[in-house]
Amino acid sequence: MSPARRAVVLVALGLGVLAVAAFPWVAGNYPVKLLQEILIWGIFAMSLDLLMGYAGMVSFGHSAFFGIGGYVAALALKQSAGVVSALVLPALASGLAALVIGFFSIRVGGVYFIMLTLAFSQMFHAYTFQVAWLGAEDGLVGIPRPTVAGVSLATTRSFHLYLLVLAGLAALALWRIVRSPFGHVLRGIRENEARMEAVGYAVGRYKLLAFTVAGTLAGLAGALYAQFNGSITPDAFFWTTSGEALLMVIIGGVGTLGGAVLGAAAFILLQSLVSTYTERWMLILGLTFVGFVLFAPGGIVGALRGRLGLRA
Amino acid sequence: MSAAPGAPLLSIDKLARSFGALSAVAGVSLAVGRAERRAVIGPNGAGKTTLFNLITGQLAPSGGRVVFDGVPVTGLAPHAVARRGISRSFQRNNLFPGLTVLESLRLAAAADGRGSYRLFGDVARLRAPLDRARETAAAVGLADRIDAPAGALSYGEQRQLEVGIALATRPKLLLLDEPTAGMSPEETDRMTRLLVGLPREVTLLIIEHDMDVVASLADRVTVLHYGEVLLEGSFAEVKADPRVYEVYLGSA
Repeated sequence: MSPARRAVVLVALGLGVLAVAAFPWVAGNYPVKLLQEILIWGIFAMSLDLLMGYAGMVSFGHSAFFGIGGYVAALALKQSAGVVSALVLPALASGLAALVIGFFSIRVGGVYFIMLTLAFSQMFHAYTFQVAWLGAEDGLVGIPRPTVAGVSLATTRSFHLYLLVLAGLAALALWRIVRSPFGHVLRGIRENEARMEAVGYAVGRYKLLAFTVAGTLAGLAGALYAQFNGSITPDAFFWTTSGEALLMVIIGGVGTLGGAVLGAAAFILLQSLVSTYTERWMLILGLTFVGFVLFAPGGIVGALRGRLGLRA
Repeated sequence: MSAAPGAPLLSIDKLARSFGALSAVAGVSLAVGRAERRAVIGPNGAGKTTLFNLITGQLAPSGGRVVFDGVPVTGLAPHAVARRGISRSFQRNNLFPGLTVLESLRLAAAADGRGSYRLFGDVARLRAPLDRARETAAAVGLADRIDAPAGALSYGEQRQLEVGIALATRPKLLLLDEPTAGMSPEETDRMTRLLVGLPREVTLLIIEHDMDVVASLADRVTVLHYGEVLLEGSFAEVKADPRVYEVYLGSA
């Protein structure tokens, strides 16, 4: 990228962040809620893109970590509504779960990896759906929002800025990771796992580390989702949660990070827009997805790059 | 950890592997000295590639031992074998199609693991692997192609990159599985010059069908037939041995 183009991109990015930050001061309650949902799902979809787009590991069980983050945040925030309950414990718990689930799942590849991650996530769904101490199918409700550095996040505006800062930090961390030596090893694994092994990389360890990082960030997204709604239900664990994140990544553009956020935005806006007119919004969404896969396999980012004549 | 000077760098003892009833490698013993250039020849199905797969851990042996630099490496995982200084190229191109030549070589050069678990920090700031990658690109004749994706190279260039990736790891022992396979005569000449020009301290074990390549490269030749060592000697000795003609003609 030339310095001029880089400056344009940075200015555009800065203006975008400012616009998102100022949104609750100029827009009504419903659009702000939609934007907050996009930020949360954007983190979730980016974490999945690290696996799919960079390490070539297509997980269909990413909801496991979203759900664990949400439930741990719910339980912890009811005890004490601070930053440890809201972020630290959920991230640690989902990271640990990703370490354990990853330990078993990365042993297999391709469709077996997909099925194994799906199976693990659905075990959590089945469990939370049944046990009374987690509210069974009703989940946990009345989750308080935390107070961070003396500021209560109960108001829409303070919560909005908190979400924006965390989404920004998650994006920055992932952006750095995919450009780091570790990120390049992941790309090598995506391109040719056997050759990476043959030149001396302990491929399994790198995949497990990637899976754990992605799971930790997915857990963070789940924790924010519980705080956003004030409740968490077994739906967070359901396979459709994983499926929606997959759709977001594919619609936005696999292996681009920014595409995951755009995909989340497209998904959530389409869902809210179409569902006000028709019950059959899933049908419209399905058609949109088919259209993207057939006519814009690079997703939104791929199509934009093509139009602007940019390269990755 | 190194063995005494004079001891072979690679010593293989009664190495065996069968697939069902087929003995692909049936008790092969051979020793390759430091800085030696050894060719392994034999008709198709003689067990040459299987022998490589057993040495580098892609296959687990059903019997026998591999000792490298005085340390047993039998049955280790491929990455563990590679870390000990054995690197290999493959008979069929086994590249990173979406990565550029420089990126591919840099990954191979960084495979010693130092820094590769770093989640942050810019990969372009790790100087040593980058320098090694450029040096290797020059050594395999790809210096002017470093920004081309591996998938976009010509077949001959891909073969050069195939060797380059193996070389970039700074191996003590380099195993080359038919580096000239599928090449035109011009490309073969180019590859031969490239291999002859490799640093002399790198020990070579090379599977090759082209006898001109073997003649210009190998100090010694081992002939495999039906998974066993038929004979071993200088190129001239092997060339003069009637048994070699028999196995080649017999299989033709």
